[in-house]
Amino acid sequence: MSRRERYNLMIGLLFISPWIIGFLAFLVYPIVSSAYLSFTRFSGFGVAQWIGWGNYTRMAQDALFWKSLYNTAYYTLLAVPIGVVVATVLAVAMNQRLREIPIYRAALYLPSVLPIYALSFIFIWLLNPRYGLLNLVLRWFGVPPIDWLGNPEWAKFSIVLLAQLGAGQYALIFLASIRGIPQTLYDSAEIDGATQWHKFRFITLPLITPVILYDVIIGLGLGLQVFAPSYIITSGGPVNSTLFYVYYLYNNAFRYSQVGYASALSWVLFILSVVLAYGIFRWSRRWVNYEVGS
Amino acid sequence: MSTLESKETDLLSPRTPDPRRSARNRGLWLSRIILIVAAILYVTPIYWMVTTAVKGPTELAVYPPTLLPQQWHWENFSKAINFIPFGRYLVNTLVITLFSMVGAVISNLIVAYGFSRIQWRGRDLIFGLVVATIFVPFPVTVIPLFVTFAKLGWINTFLPLIVPTFFGNPFYIFLLRQFLMQIPFEISESAKVDGASEWQILWYLILPLARPAIAVVAIFAAIAAWNDFFGPLIYLQDESKYTLSIGLQMFRSTHQVEWSLLMAASTLVVLPVIIIFLLFQRSFIEGITLGSIK
Repeated sequence: MSRRERYNLMIGLLFISPWIIGFLAFLVYPIVSSAYLSFTRFSGFGVAQWIGWGNYTRMAQDALFWKSLYNTAYYTLLAVPIGVVVATVLAVAMNQRLREIPIYRAALYLPSVLPIYALSFIFIWLLNPRYGLLNLVLRWFGVPPIDWLGNPEWAKFSIVLLAQLGAGQYALIFLASIRGIPQTLYDSAEIDGATQWHKFRFITLPLITPVILYDVIIGLGLGLQVFAPSYIITSGGPVNSTLFYVYYLYNNAFRYSQVGYASALSWVLFILSVVLAYGIFRWSRRWVNYEVGS
Repeated sequence: MSTLESKETDLLSPRTPDPRRSARNRGLWLSRIILIVAAILYVTPIYWMVTTAVKGPTELAVYPPTLLPQQWHWENFSKAINFIPFGRYLVNTLVITLFSMVGAVISNLIVAYGFSRIQWRGRDLIFGLVVATIFVPFPVTVIPLFVTFAKLGWINTFLPLIVPTFFGNPFYIFLLRQFLMQIPFEISESAKVDGASEWQILWYLILPLARPAIAVVAIFAAIAAWNDFFGPLIYLQDESKYTLSIGLQMFRSTHQVEWSLLMAASTLVVLPVIIIFLLFQRSFIEGITLGSIK
């Protein structure tokens, strides 16, 4: 290394030093520490007592752990694909030459920036079986009232519905990606007699796969970590039907003083997230197209 | 911009009916209908919140619910503010929001500068690490962080919510780096020839040019702090320290939930976000597209 290079390295590290400190203090240390705690019995205060794999074997027999894992998988597997479809449809629709697009754009994006706790409050009232707007509208179409949040079958789905309010944000990301597709591709397809559907299926869709992948990866992360909606709307109920993984983790850590067990839960989530993200990246090589476009 | 595409071909197109053109028209109307329906659905929660907020107790108990309030009880807003220590919580939330915003702007700008405007060995490798940290689920760090903050005596203070914002955030670093990379490097080179240090270049040359991106980070960080639910939930236990996100739960702690008042308080919390959103829509859209596309 020349003197110049060494100088640049020093200055570079100096500039990123806030991140390095934060990385070590707020990420590396906690990850290592929670790995250690996951092998202990620990109430949060006093001394952590080493119990080996005890927390992990306990997890295997813990019905609530499996229940919360199932609920989270159910939620993520519904919320993410529905979200991708909704965002794609909205983005394609917004790509049309309509003068009033800015209005739609604002309306569709707005819920994404609102606090989830406020949206959750609204949702409780919106979905109220008797006084809610949703059942009122359904009644106009002759649908009998549904107990959205009181029925274990519907409760999870209600939270999937709430998540769709965030799809507008992804629709705008998709739209930016669609606008980056060279017009010449569509023109030459048109000369070959392609229909609207063909153009969508063979030009638009393949070329927005990078942003679809982005949506899937971010959505997966958020899906596995879903907490606030069920905490606020259903408190995990009815009959634990909305007890999501992080909610169960939260209960163990901050309510039951089972900090060691909660740490083990957090590590299982960590490994699961990394494995799933890696799997999706591997799988995405088959369908993501990086050649043209944005 | 593909919105302006084929304007020419439209003008030059023959008078004879073109099947592709009528298909395009149909597509236009289909898109319009989809967008109108979606926009209504996405704005409905806000509509229901505001209309519920001004309904009186008797009207709230009417079945089926009224779509438009028959009487507008504006006093619900003052009742809501007096029902909980709203002013106190507002100040708490504002303090956290302001410091988080300042922390995010300062730290991420400096770090992003180090990752974009200075050439040093291993830079892009470490930047890969920054991006990778996005995939670490927050629950895996939350328990040790809580334990550490408890040891420091920071529970029931705003410090656990503010201090980490001064140490960089992968999303904002990524976003600012994207922006800083686009600023011509000749600016820095010629300044260096004149003997300017990296600090001076950042402060006098890059900072003024990066204002739009800094605005995006400031807005996103402020909204994230204002909307935060989980952080205040675990770190603020003393009622006088509550933020609005936690304080609003109080409307539900009584046996009878005061829906009008809760919705009135929610309206007051959501309103600043909506105003900021409408004023800075452009920044929001730049932010999500800059932050997502490769």
